[in-house]
Amino acid sequence: MLKYIGKRAMANGLILVAISMITYLIFWALPVNPASISCGTHCTPQKIAANEHLLGLDVPIWVQYGRFVKGLVVGANYADGQVHCSAPSLGYSVPTNTCVTTLLAQKFPVTLSLAIGAFILWMLIGMSMGIVAARYRGRWPDKAANAFVLTGTSLPTFLLGLLLLIGATLAHWIDPITQGLWVAPWSDPIGFFKNFIFAWITLAITSAAIYTRLTRGSVIETSSEDFIRTARAKGVSEWRILLKHNLRTSLAPIISQAGLDFGGLLGGAVITEKVFNLQGLGNVAITAVLQTYDLPILVGTTLIAAAFYLVFNLIVDVAYSFLDPRVRIS
Amino acid sequence: MTSTPNGNVAAEVTDQSASSELQSALDNYNQLSPRQIAWRRLKKNKVALASGIVALFFLILAYGAPLFAGIFHVDPNSRFPDAIDGTGLVKGSFNGMGLHHPFGFEPGTGRDLFALLVYGSRISFTIAIITSVAFAAVGSIFAVIAALYGGKIDNFFGRLADFLLAFPFTFFVIALSVPLTKSIESTGIAQNNGARMIMLVLLLVIFSWSGFFRVVRSQVLTLREKEFVMAAHALGAGNRRIIFKEILPNLYPLIIIYLSISLPGYLTAEATFSFLGIGIQAPASTWGLTLDDAVNYWQRDPVYLLIPTLMLIIVVLALNLFGDGLRDALDTKSDR
Repeated sequence: MLKYIGKRAMANGLILVAISMITYLIFWALPVNPASISCGTHCTPQKIAANEHLLGLDVPIWVQYGRFVKGLVVGANYADGQVHCSAPSLGYSVPTNTCVTTLLAQKFPVTLSLAIGAFILWMLIGMSMGIVAARYRGRWPDKAANAFVLTGTSLPTFLLGLLLLIGATLAHWIDPITQGLWVAPWSDPIGFFKNFIFAWITLAITSAAIYTRLTRGSVIETSSEDFIRTARAKGVSEWRILLKHNLRTSLAPIISQAGLDFGGLLGGAVITEKVFNLQGLGNVAITAVLQTYDLPILVGTTLIAAAFYLVFNLIVDVAYSFLDPRVRIS
Repeated sequence: MTSTPNGNVAAEVTDQSASSELQSALDNYNQLSPRQIAWRRLKKNKVALASGIVALFFLILAYGAPLFAGIFHVDPNSRFPDAIDGTGLVKGSFNGMGLHHPFGFEPGTGRDLFALLVYGSRISFTIAIITSVAFAAVGSIFAVIAALYGGKIDNFFGRLADFLLAFPFTFFVIALSVPLTKSIESTGIAQNNGARMIMLVLLLVIFSWSGFFRVVRSQVLTLREKEFVMAAHALGAGNRRIIFKEILPNLYPLIIIYLSISLPGYLTAEATFSFLGIGIQAPASTWGLTLDDAVNYWQRDPVYLLIPTLMLIIVVLALNLFGDGLRDALDTKSDR
C-alpha cells in the first residue's frame, strides 16, 4: 500500500515539476516583455534594462528557473537584494511590491471559503437530486431533475452569477459597494455569509447538474447488481436499499469526480470571483494579466492551482485503492 | 394453413395478417441503415426537433447577418446619435425599441442593438464551430493513432493527456491570451480580432482535446477486438484501410454526439472570455462583449441586459436539448 502511494506521489510530483518548467518556458518564450510593460509611457532602453535587472530577467532562462527553484526551497532575495522572501518563495511581484507567496497566502482564505461552501452545497443538491431521480426513474421527479440538469449545464456561470447578483441587489440582500470585501467568518458571521452565499449558489447550480447526472447513472447501474436483488428478496424497504446498500457502491465514481473538482476549485474560481468581486486567487490572476502582466503572480497562481489539482488527484487515487483493492495490483 | 381446421380460419387469417404486418415492419426496420434508424428516432423526439429548429434559426440569423440587418436598414457600425441623451443613455423606455430598431440601441455609442447582436453572433458561432470541429478532429485522430499503434505512442499520448488535464486551464487561457495574440500578429497571419479569434480557438483546442481523446481511445480499443476488424486483418488489410474503412465509420456517432455537446460549451466559453476581457475586443461585438457592457447599465437600462441574456440562454439551451436528442437517437444501446 505504502509503495503504491509512494509511486503515485512520485508520478504527480514529476508532473508538477514538468508543469512548473513548461509554465516558465511558455511565459518567457512569448513576445511580451514584462519589463517594458511595467515601464510606463516615458520609457528608455536604459529604463527597460534596469527593469529587466530588477525583475531578474537579464539572465538566461535556465538560470531564472534555477533561481525560482532555489527560492522555493530556501527563500530568495529580489530587486537587487532589497527584498527578501522566505522559504517557499514563488517570486517577487514588482507592481504590488510584495512576495508572491505572501500575496497568495493573503488571498487564499477567500478562495478556500468559496470552495468549501460551494462544494458542500453542490454535493447536497447534486446527490440528493440524483438519488431521487434514480428512485423515480422515468416519472416526474426524474424529468424535473433532467430539466434541472439541462438548465444547470446551459447557464453560463458568469451569466447565472450576474443574474443572482442583480436579483440580490434589487432585493437589498447584499450591498453592491461592500460586496466581496473580506470579513472573517469568526469576526462577522452574517457578513461573511452574505458575501459568499450567492457565489456558492452560482457554483453549486452549475456543478450540481453534473453530479445529478453522475449520481443517477451510478445508482441505476448498481441497482441491477445481484446484492440489490438479494436485499429486496429479504424484504428490505426500497429507500433502505437505496441509501444503505446501493449508495455505498455507487459512491466510488462520485467521490473521484468530487475530489478532482474540489482540487480544481481550490486553485481559484476565476469567473465567480470576478462576478462577485471576491478577492481570491482567481481574481488576483486576472488582475495580474489584464493590468500589469505581472509574471511572477501568474506563474505562482498557475503552479498553486496545478499543485492542488494533483494533490487531490493523489488523494482520490489512494481513496480508490482503499475502496477497490484491484486498483493497487494493476 | 391447409392443415388448419375450417372453424378457425377466420381467427387464423386476422392473426396472420397482424403478425405479417408486424413482420413486414420488422423487416423494414432491419433493412434500415443505422443512419435511418437514428433519423426516425430523432423525428419522434419533438423537443429535440423543435430545439434543432430554434438553433438553426439562430445560425441562419448569424450567417445571414447583413441580409437580416438590411431588412431594418441598419448595420453594426453606424451610430444613431439622436437615440441617446447627453449622459449616453438611450432615450425612451424599453431601450428605444421600435419598428426600425427592433432591439433598440447600445447606450454610449448609439449603435443598433439588433445589428450588433446578429453580427456578433456570427463571430461567436464561427469560433464555437471551428473549435468544436478542431477539438473532435484532434481528439479522434490522436486517439485512433494511440489505440492502434499502442506501446510507446499510446503511452506518450496518454501522458500528454494527463499532463494537460492537470493544467489549470482558465489560468492559462487568461495568462496566454495577451502574449499569444501578439505572437500571432507578429507572424502576419491575422491582426487584431482575427488574431484573437485564432488565439481563442488554439487555446480552447489545446486544453480540451484530451477529454475527448480518452473517450475515443477506449472506444477504438473495444472496436479493435471486434470480429470484423480481425477479419479485415486476416484478409490482409493494412493499417490505413482498417482506420478509415473499419474503425472510423464506427466512431461517427460518437464524434457527432460530442460535436453537438461541445458546440454550446464553446459558445459559452467565448462569451465568458469576452466577458472577462481577454477575447474579442470592441468595436467588434460578440454576445459576451455586449453582456459585459450591459452589466454597467443594468439599473438604468435593464432591457439592454435582458436581450443578449435571453438570446444566449435560448441558443445554448436549444443546442443542448438538440444534442441530448441526438445522443438518444444515435446511441444504439439506449432504447428510450
